[in-house]
Amino acid sequence: MSSEGSLPAYYEIPPGGAILEPGSSLKYKTGSWRVLRPIINQDKCVRCRLCWVYCPDAAILELDEEYVTSKGRRYKITYKVNYDYCKGCGVCARECPVNAIEMVPEPIGGEE
Amino acid sequence: MAVAAEERLHVERKKPRPLSTNSAIAHAVKDLDVDVVAAYPITPQTTVVEKIAEFIADGELEAEMVHVESEHSALSATVAAALTGARAFTATASQGLELMHEILHIASGLRAPIVMSVAMRALSAPISIWNDHSDVMNARDTGWIIFFVSSAQEAYDTVIQGYRIAEDSDVLLPVMVAYDGYVMSHTMEPVVTEDRDSVLAYAPKRSFPYKLDPEKPVTLGALADPDWYYEIKYQIVEAMRRALGKAREADEEFGRRFGRKYGLVECYMCEDAKSLIVAASSYAATLKAVLPRAWEEGVKVGLLRLRLYRPFPEDLVVDALSRVDSVLVIDRAISYGAPYQGPLANEFSGLILKHGLGVNLVSVVAGIGQRRMVDDDFLKLARLAWEARTVRKPETIFYGVRK
Repeated sequence: MSSEGSLPAYYEIPPGGAILEPGSSLKYKTGSWRVLRPIINQDKCVRCRLCWVYCPDAAILELDEEYVTSKGRRYKITYKVNYDYCKGCGVCARECPVNAIEMVPEPIGGEE
Repeated sequence: MAVAAEERLHVERKKPRPLSTNSAIAHAVKDLDVDVVAAYPITPQTTVVEKIAEFIADGELEAEMVHVESEHSALSATVAAALTGARAFTATASQGLELMHEILHIASGLRAPIVMSVAMRALSAPISIWNDHSDVMNARDTGWIIFFVSSAQEAYDTVIQGYRIAEDSDVLLPVMVAYDGYVMSHTMEPVVTEDRDSVLAYAPKRSFPYKLDPEKPVTLGALADPDWYYEIKYQIVEAMRRALGKAREADEEFGRRFGRKYGLVECYMCEDAKSLIVAASSYAATLKAVLPRAWEEGVKVGLLRLRLYRPFPEDLVVDALSRVDSVLVIDRAISYGAPYQGPLANEFSGLILKHGLGVNLVSVVAGIGQRRMVDDDFLKLARLAWEARTVRKPETIFYGVRK
């Protein structure tokens, strides 16, 4: 969020805090809430999409990026975490059927 | 006024008909062409909604009647309807208003311009279906505009004024129209009703400006973190301030069009009065009948009837208080453990201090659970108010309780 000085005065906010511009939540980067960071092991990941389905913040990205595992298996898509919005809830790690996602502590005072 | 002559002719043709306050409110809802009614029956409010249901069934009102399982849902549905741009109404009393309490704050917080009638009734426990003002006094800090009305006609007129005020884009606050359960809700009085065209010309539908509309998406009721919440609540403080002028204007314009207006407070027999009694709803009506008797015995007490309670018409009340030596405030609710145990008395105490008024205050709690109050009781209160010019009464008097 921006600093207090640049926030609108009460009369500049629509009545009742109505948000007139769809998708404005993108401005609110909730990644700073995170204590644990999900790390996807691309080699173990079987591209089942369950993490993408379960993520409550749509913070799992399904990218058209090719990936070849160490055993030579070729995937056309890659899953990555959008750390701008991932709150570190761990649902993805919990649901991953092959334990390809590990939750690791964020470094204290660490930056993205 | 160009329309005045024609309107006046129209007014003169009007013949009153016998209606209870509950029926009068249902008629107002019909004449306002309300779009959505969501309500749950509760004594003594039930006949309001029954009558509205009848109007809908008979084709006299084209509205959606939402049958809900509780008052919490009733008000939730009413708020939601208002936010889609519909003109929405609900009615309740007592425990129903308590169950709505959470949504009372949400209605004002989301700035839903709804009108709700409240047939005031005591609160459980012990269970009482009779009248006092505990329900509405518990809702006084919820950001609602609150009217206390004292006749069936005034209830009809105030529901109509209510939409004009609520839907004003400078206000956008919900309005509560409160009246005494049973004493008014189920008592027949002569009431003049107006035709729908005239009512809608006075209170045209001005739907919520940020209404939910798939063509123009908006988000209502989003989370507000500490950087935002305070400003959005402060908006209600300012809207309340503006509502005072709008309520005054709505009443004046109502008077011009329909020939009836009430003022935000009413001062009865105030001229030359040295003392005032503050009362609301039916007690004010009874006092009007009793005070001439008091004056006959030299007890020069006037009545200050509180009609608009929120926003508080401070200037008018202070003006009335500045002319007298004592004021007796009748509370029909108990503020347990407070300095004065009557909630209104505490507000008047603050007002007297704020404006440096040299007025002796008497706090009286009366009529709890509709404990009988007849003419002679009001005469006694008038004498008490009169006495208080010279004798201070620092403690709340619980009038009529067996001690």
